[in-house]
Amino acid sequence: MRKRLGNITALIFALLSGLIFGLGLILAGMANPAKVLAFLDLTGLWDPSMALVMGGAIAVGLVAFRIAGKRSLSFLGLPINLPTSRIIDKRLVFGALVFGMGWGLVGICPAPAFVLLGTGSIKGIIFVIAMLIGMGIYELLESRRK
Amino acid sequence: MLIDWNNFTPWTALAGGALIGVASSLFILLNGRIAGITGIVGGLFRPIVHDAGWRIAFIIGLMIAPLSWQLFFPLPDIKIEASYSLLAVAGLVVGLGARYGSGCTSGHGVCGIARLSPRSIIATLAFMSTGFLTVYIMRHLIGA
Repeated sequence: MRKRLGNITALIFALLSGLIFGLGLILAGMANPAKVLAFLDLTGLWDPSMALVMGGAIAVGLVAFRIAGKRSLSFLGLPINLPTSRIIDKRLVFGALVFGMGWGLVGICPAPAFVLLGTGSIKGIIFVIAMLIGMGIYELLESRRK
Repeated sequence: MLIDWNNFTPWTALAGGALIGVASSLFILLNGRIAGITGIVGGLFRPIVHDAGWRIAFIIGLMIAPLSWQLFFPLPDIKIEASYSLLAVAGLVVGLGARYGSGCTSGHGVCGIARLSPRSIIATLAFMSTGFLTVYIMRHLIGA
């Protein structure tokens, strides 16, 4: 019973984290693909807002991740899962380069995509479905590799 | 470089960014997880018992953000100029690339840099550079 209640608490905080993340994206203007593209358009009329969004998020995160790095259990008693890989390989770099291309095409990355989905926008739905198919293709290619 | 002062929104950008930071902080300190959307969604393709709930909860949180916002304020401008076919291509490329690169703007760009992870710093520089380059090609070379 206690375990189940613990699970529900964890789920509520996961939902809350997602909600606050989404509200932050909306407030920052990052749920608006046009504003993201205006940041990526260095040689056009440049809107530097996104640099401040990332700066603000990183500044807050620096403190939290510093605390998290010193702990093995979270404040809810859950294991803290920090990535351990330190390898900088072709997969990381090429994957990121390809991701940036897709992002630059329309100004949507995965988190804002789900916020757009929540607005009921048809364009958001199309993007999310295509993105999920892309992730599915990755899984398929990965399972063949083994 | 010409700065678009009319559309530059420093205060809401900083405040929204700080909220994103708070969400990522809560998630690592309470749930013990990185708020990287690619990893959260990608993990659903490999179902492990008792591993799907928190992922789905976080995604639902993102999705109900616009509705929750509208309870208090009108939703700000959201403009997607891309056509359906371009969105489909871009979505596919984003999904594939982000999974190969083990993360996107949230996991590498925010959480990874906040952890001072060299992998994430390299990945962020990589996707930023092709992001800038793609917009340059699309807007200034092809003129789409």
